[in-house]
Amino acid sequence: MINIPVLRWGEPYESLDTDEVIHHRTGEVLAKVGQANPGLLARDMRKAKLAREALREIPIKDLVEMMKKAGDLYLNATLPLGDGEQSPNDFARQQSASTGLPEHMCKFNMEKNHFVLNNMDQILDALTRGLDIDILQRGFGVEERGVPVSYQAQSPVLGMVLPSNSPGVHTLWMPVIPMQIGLVLKPGPQEPWTPYRMFAAFTEAGVPRQCMSIYPGGGDMGAETVARCGRVMIFGSTQTVKQYSGNEQVQVHGPGYSKILLGDDVVDQWEDHLDLMADSIYKNSGRGCINCSGVWASRHTEEIAEALAERVGRYEVKDPTDPEAGLAAFTVPGQAEAVWGMIEEGCEENGTTHVTEKHGPRLEQMERCDYIRPTILHCDSPDLKMANTEYMFPFTSVVKCPQEKMIEKIGGTLVASAITNDEAWAAQLTDATNIDRLNIGPLPTIALNWLQPHEGSIVDFLFRTRAYQTPDERLKARCGK
Amino acid sequence: MAELDQKIQEARAQLDAHALEIVKWHFSPETGCPFWLDWVSKTDWNPVQEITCFNDIIEKFPHFEDEWLRDLQPEVWVPNEFKGQPFNIFETGGTTGMPKQRIGWNDYKVDYSEFSDSLNDEEFPRNHYWLMVGPTGPRRLRLSIEHLANVRGCSCYFVDLDPRWVKRLIGEKQFDQAKAYMEHVVDQATTIMKHREVSALFTTPKLLESIAERLENEGSSLYEAGIRGVFCGGTTMDPQYTRFLVEELLENKIGFKPTYGNTLMGLAKHKPFTPEDKFSITYHAPQPRAVLRVVNPDTDDLVEYEEWGRVELTTLTREFFMPRFLERDEAIRRPPIELYPWDGVAEVRPFGAMQKKIVEGVY
Repeated sequence: MINIPVLRWGEPYESLDTDEVIHHRTGEVLAKVGQANPGLLARDMRKAKLAREALREIPIKDLVEMMKKAGDLYLNATLPLGDGEQSPNDFARQQSASTGLPEHMCKFNMEKNHFVLNNMDQILDALTRGLDIDILQRGFGVEERGVPVSYQAQSPVLGMVLPSNSPGVHTLWMPVIPMQIGLVLKPGPQEPWTPYRMFAAFTEAGVPRQCMSIYPGGGDMGAETVARCGRVMIFGSTQTVKQYSGNEQVQVHGPGYSKILLGDDVVDQWEDHLDLMADSIYKNSGRGCINCSGVWASRHTEEIAEALAERVGRYEVKDPTDPEAGLAAFTVPGQAEAVWGMIEEGCEENGTTHVTEKHGPRLEQMERCDYIRPTILHCDSPDLKMANTEYMFPFTSVVKCPQEKMIEKIGGTLVASAITNDEAWAAQLTDATNIDRLNIGPLPTIALNWLQPHEGSIVDFLFRTRAYQTPDERLKARCGK
Repeated sequence: MAELDQKIQEARAQLDAHALEIVKWHFSPETGCPFWLDWVSKTDWNPVQEITCFNDIIEKFPHFEDEWLRDLQPEVWVPNEFKGQPFNIFETGGTTGMPKQRIGWNDYKVDYSEFSDSLNDEEFPRNHYWLMVGPTGPRRLRLSIEHLANVRGCSCYFVDLDPRWVKRLIGEKQFDQAKAYMEHVVDQATTIMKHREVSALFTTPKLLESIAERLENEGSSLYEAGIRGVFCGGTTMDPQYTRFLVEELLENKIGFKPTYGNTLMGLAKHKPFTPEDKFSITYHAPQPRAVLRVVNPDTDDLVEYEEWGRVELTTLTREFFMPRFLERDEAIRRPPIELYPWDGVAEVRPFGAMQKKIVEGVY
C-alpha cells in the first residue's frame, strides 16, 4: 500500500484527510491518497504564474526533448510514487485494479501515451498548423508567409478535472507542458496513477517540478479547479456539457455518441464492414467516447443488428489479468445495475428490440464490482429513446433511418464514420456542425490520427491569436526576420 | 491518571447535585415553568422524587422534542421565579420556516463570562476592539459575543450574515447570488478591518477563508490587519480543514479558538491542541449547565470512545431545562481531560454527513 500526497507546485503535502483506492475484485487497499481542500488550491493559484515563468526559462524545443525522455521513462522505468516506487508493470496492475480496465488495455494505453510524448514535435507542429515554435515561445514573430503574428497565452496554467473511468483521456493534456503552460490536475478518485506517474517521469526528465500541481479530492475540488483556473478541461455528462456551454474558459469533454453511418450506396454490402463495426463497438472495452454507440442505415438494420449481436454478444467476462479480457468492470457500486435498468426500460418502447438477449444475460454482478456484456439493440426509428444513447461498455443501437434524415437525427456526434462514396452526401456531412471528428470511408470510429485536433484545438483554447504591430527593425532584431 | 480520575469523580458529583437542583426547580410549582408543570401533571411519575442523579434524567426522560420550541408560545417556558421579567427571545440557526425559539435572561452572560477565562490576553487583548462577522439578528450569538468582548473590556463591531438566505440560495442552486452575498459580507468586514483597529475576529470558517483571501489579494493578511485571535464556529471543521486554517490563513501566528455552540446549549470549549491531536477538534460542554453525550442513534446508548454517534444535549439551568435533545449533529466521543474532566465531542459535523450532501453554505 502506497501513501500518495497532494502535490502543491511539485512539493508533497501530507494531507490529514485521505481516500483509499481499492482493488475492484479483492478489496485490497492499493493506495491512500491525500485529499486536498479547496482553500489549498485557491491559495496556490496565486503562484500560478511562477509555473509558466519556470517553463518559459526552458526553450520549447528542449521541453519537447524532455517529453520524449519522459515518455520513455513513463513506459519503461521504475519511478518514485508517494512513499514508494512503481514499475511499469505495477502501474498497469494498479490502474487495472482500481478502474476495472483489463491489464492488457492499461498497457496499451501506456503505449498510446508514450507515442504521444515521443512524437511531441510532430504533434505540436500539427496542433499549431506548422507555426514556428519560437513564435509561441516569444509570444510574437513572423510567419513563413511574412506576416507578423502574436500568440498570447490566456492562462498561466491549464486545470484538468479528470475522470476515473477512462485512462485514455490523458493524451489530451500532454502537449500542455511543452507549450510552456503549467498544469493543475484534479485526478479521478480511482485513477490517480497516470497524473502522478507522469509527474514523476516529467521531473525525472528535467521538467521543473513547480510547474505541476495535483489536488486529489471530491466534487468540491473539481468545482474549485474550474473556478480558479483561467482555462480548464473537464470530463462529464451531457448535463455538464450544457452547464458550461458558452463558457470560453472551460472545454468540456462529454459523452461521444460516436456513430457509423452507412450510406445508401454501400448499405447493401454491409457485411463487408462488419469487422470495422464490431471493432468500433468492442475494442478498448467499449468505454471510450470514440467507441461506436450507434450504427445508422436506411435498410438491412435488422440483419446488421443480428450479425453484430452474433459477433460481440458472446464475449464473456474474464479476469482483468487475462490477455483475452475485453470487458471492463463497473467499480462504482450500483452503477451497472442502474445502467442495465435504464436499458431494460428503454427496450419496453415499441420498435426497440434487445438483439443480444439470446446470447445470455448481460448483467453480471460480483461481490465488489459488476459487468455488462456487449449489448446490441435494434431501433426501427431514429425517434426512439434508445436510438441515441451511450454507456460505458460495448453498447450499440442499430438504427433504421433514411439517409436524408441522418445528419439531423444523429444529434451531437464526436466521431462519425460515414461509409459512402456519395460525394454529395459527403459534402453535407463535411458541413454538419453537429459532427466533430469526421471519417469519410471505411474507417473505424476508434482510429485516431494524433496529428489532428480532438474536440477543438488545444492551441486555440490556450492561446489567442491577435494583431501585433511593431517597427520592422524591432521585428528583425527580435525575430531575425 | 489518579488525579484525572479524582477530577472526573468530582465533576460527576457536581453534575449529579446540579441535576437534582435543576429538576427540583423546574418541577416545583413555586419555581417551575408552565410547560414542565403541565407535562408532569400528565405523567405517572414525579421527577422531584425520582431523579436522584444525572443518569436518572437520561434513563427516565424522553427526548426533548424540538416542535415544542416551535409550536408553543414563549411564555410557557417562563419559570415562576422569572415571572414578570422581560426576556430575550433567541432563535436557532439557519433553517427556514418557523424557527425554534428559546427564551432567556442571564444564561448567555454566564456562559460567555466563563468562556472568557479560557482566552489569553496575547491572542485576545483586553480593552481593544473585536469584529463579529456572522449571524446576528435573532440569535443569541450576537449578544453573547458583545458580552464576551465587554467582559474583557472590549467593544465589538458587527457585520451581519443571514444564514437562512444563504441556505435558500444554495438550495435553489442560485450559486452566483450566494457568492455575491458572501462578497457583500466580506466587503463590509474588510472595510471595518481597514479603517478600524480590530484584534479579535469571530466568524465562520468559510467567511474566514474569504476574508483572508481578500486581504491577501490586496497585499495584506489577517495578521497584518491586526488580528491576533480568531473564534471560528458554525460549520464542520475536519482535521485537514482546521490545519489549513491554522497553518495557511492564521500562519501559526494568530490564536485559534474553534467554538461549538448554539442557542439551546451555550458555548462549548475546545481542548487546547497538542501535536497528538493532529488538528482534530474536541469540544467540552459547559458542564454542569449543559451536558453533551454521543449516542448510538438506533439504541440511544453511549458509543465507545473514538466512535461516531449522534450528539445529544441536555441543558440544565434555572432558566431552561431541556433533557436529551437530539442535535442535528454527529461527532466522535472523546474521553475527559484534566481541564474538562467530562466527555468531549470531536469533529462535529451534520448528522448523516457521510450519507447525504448537507447544505451548510457559508454558515
